[in-house]
Amino acid sequence: MNFTELLPAAPEILLLGLICVVLVADLFISDENRIITFWLSIAALFCTGWVTIATQSAAPFTMFSGSYISDSLSHVLKVTAIGIVALVFMYSRDYLRQNNLFKGEFFILGLFGLLGMMVMISANSLLTMYLGLEILSLSLYAMVAFDRDSAEASEAAMKYFVLGAIASGTLLYGMSWVYGLTGSLQFHEIAVAINDPEINGLPLWFGIAFMVVGISFKFGAVPFHMWLPDVYQGARSAVTLYIASAPKLAALALILRILVDGLGSLHEVWQGMILVVAVLSIIIGNVVAIAQTNIKRMLAYSTIAHVGFILIAIFCGTEQGYEAALFYTLTYVVMAAGTFGMIILLSRQGFEAENLEDFKGLSSRSPWFALMMLFFMFGLAGVPPWIGFLAKLNAIAAVLDAGYQALAVLMVLASVVGAFYYLRVIKFVYFDESTDKTALPVALDTKLVLSLNGVALLALGLMPGWLLALCAIVI
Amino acid sequence: MFQTLLFYVFSTVLIAAALGVIFSRNPVHSVMFLVLAFFNSAVLWLLAEAEFLAIVMVLVYVGAVMVLFIFVVMMLDINIEEVSGSLTRYAPLGLIISAIMVFELMQIIWLRGSERFVLEGFASMPEGYSNTKALGAILYTEHVYAFELAAVLLLLAIVAAITLTMRKRPGLKVQDINQQVSVRREDRVRMVKMDAEERQ
Repeated sequence: MNFTELLPAAPEILLLGLICVVLVADLFISDENRIITFWLSIAALFCTGWVTIATQSAAPFTMFSGSYISDSLSHVLKVTAIGIVALVFMYSRDYLRQNNLFKGEFFILGLFGLLGMMVMISANSLLTMYLGLEILSLSLYAMVAFDRDSAEASEAAMKYFVLGAIASGTLLYGMSWVYGLTGSLQFHEIAVAINDPEINGLPLWFGIAFMVVGISFKFGAVPFHMWLPDVYQGARSAVTLYIASAPKLAALALILRILVDGLGSLHEVWQGMILVVAVLSIIIGNVVAIAQTNIKRMLAYSTIAHVGFILIAIFCGTEQGYEAALFYTLTYVVMAAGTFGMIILLSRQGFEAENLEDFKGLSSRSPWFALMMLFFMFGLAGVPPWIGFLAKLNAIAAVLDAGYQALAVLMVLASVVGAFYYLRVIKFVYFDESTDKTALPVALDTKLVLSLNGVALLALGLMPGWLLALCAIVI
Repeated sequence: MFQTLLFYVFSTVLIAAALGVIFSRNPVHSVMFLVLAFFNSAVLWLLAEAEFLAIVMVLVYVGAVMVLFIFVVMMLDINIEEVSGSLTRYAPLGLIISAIMVFELMQIIWLRGSERFVLEGFASMPEGYSNTKALGAILYTEHVYAFELAAVLLLLAIVAAITLTMRKRPGLKVQDINQQVSVRREDRVRMVKMDAEERQ
């Protein structure tokens, strides 16, 4: 075996090596110089991103006996995931410092989580998909429990861990059925094997049902969403920011690789299950979010609603639907990162800006960031010309083209309901008097990045052509 | 013939040890019986020419899991009287589970009767075949990626466990070697002057 043969897997190998470097370097850095760990992590992300772009190839390439795939989908998702994790680290830095949580482990666990996501994104077999998922989940459990002095965080971590373990078990059980029946772990071999009428039967559907349950849980779709609001609320804002953004890309890879690449020809079998989960998600997510007073909880329900949209796009089972799902996920993670970045921006020592009231009168405290909040909320609500509108439009167009008019009407109605609670935040920001006059205590570079993130939503919305073209190439 | 004899000897000890696990009143004895049971099942694997499974059984279950068990049993200091009462309490559940297992065994026996799927005895491998070697070969070639990922998962587990447990909190009993070495007599010993007491 030649070392150049390992080149397509260079991003993962490099990231693992750099994680080990950061891990050991962190040991020798004193608490006052902990910022070095932060910059090392950012450098690690930058190197990994550069290598990911440099090693990309147009043609799909499998290696490690077919358990790893490097294709254009994996490149797009990986580069986005790396960028989002870098954003998360930038936003979290000052917050962690102010709350005495500025430890190297946060960044190391974050990098491990990214490694898990990249493994999932590039997985071409059930086994590697599962291992990647476990690497991601394990680092998320530890990150939620990161603040050991907070009882809520420990409670949230415990809930997340127990429910996540059950979901992993469910997914694994489904995988074992599919493996047992098709005789292969690799998605392209499974895709061939299921065409055999002897294999395609009730036992296989049984396995698929278990896998759909596992996937829905990891996505946080109704009725497997119960962990999501509790974890979002209980975890520290920096951790919520991490959980809410980048892992959605890995979840999309999970569903695209297993259900579309592997079991795409059994589309009729899983379509019904996905439909039920997705419709419940957009209804319950949007309606329950209205009743929330805690913004992290509200955004958790809004996440559930957005996941419903992504799942509906996948439900269509058409190229157009998969493109819409990819486009939606890519834009959603950018919006989610910015929105939670705003929550972090308003938090400071001993104070979490997690109630809707904390956003009151933001426009008088900082007109620019009030505008950014407006950008994020309009983006999430799907107001044109922000990018969120186009994401929703694409999903609805895919549903219409697949011939489900009633479903498209439901999606529009759910979006209208959803617009209420996003606009309510804007009402708090612009039309209410502030009880708190302190300036926002955040470093200049964080403000700059957050502003770029906000402006990007508008810029993408005005010039979405290249992103749409990219999604069309990738799928 | 000799192999059959060995099989029955070890099976008998295995069943006896398993019964010992359930019936001994002292939890430490139970754990020891379980160790014996594991050793005997490892020998059964050896008889089946699955030497890798036999070694793993001893290394993982006896070497790691049971040691952990013993630690936990000793640390928890379980009340023996309380434990002994639970035997009758859980009897209905135990009966249900054993009924299911008996049913499953019957299925296997029935399958063997219909001459499908089930082998007559342990499958014998060709001369010089080593399943450790076969497993190693497949683990380090075909599944090398998954193997490495499992290793990363273990590293991550270590990092996560240390992150969550290594922290300063009040009431933590940590040895400060520096303080211990630099201790002076005055810190620890107090001279008390008192009158001599009368002889009793």
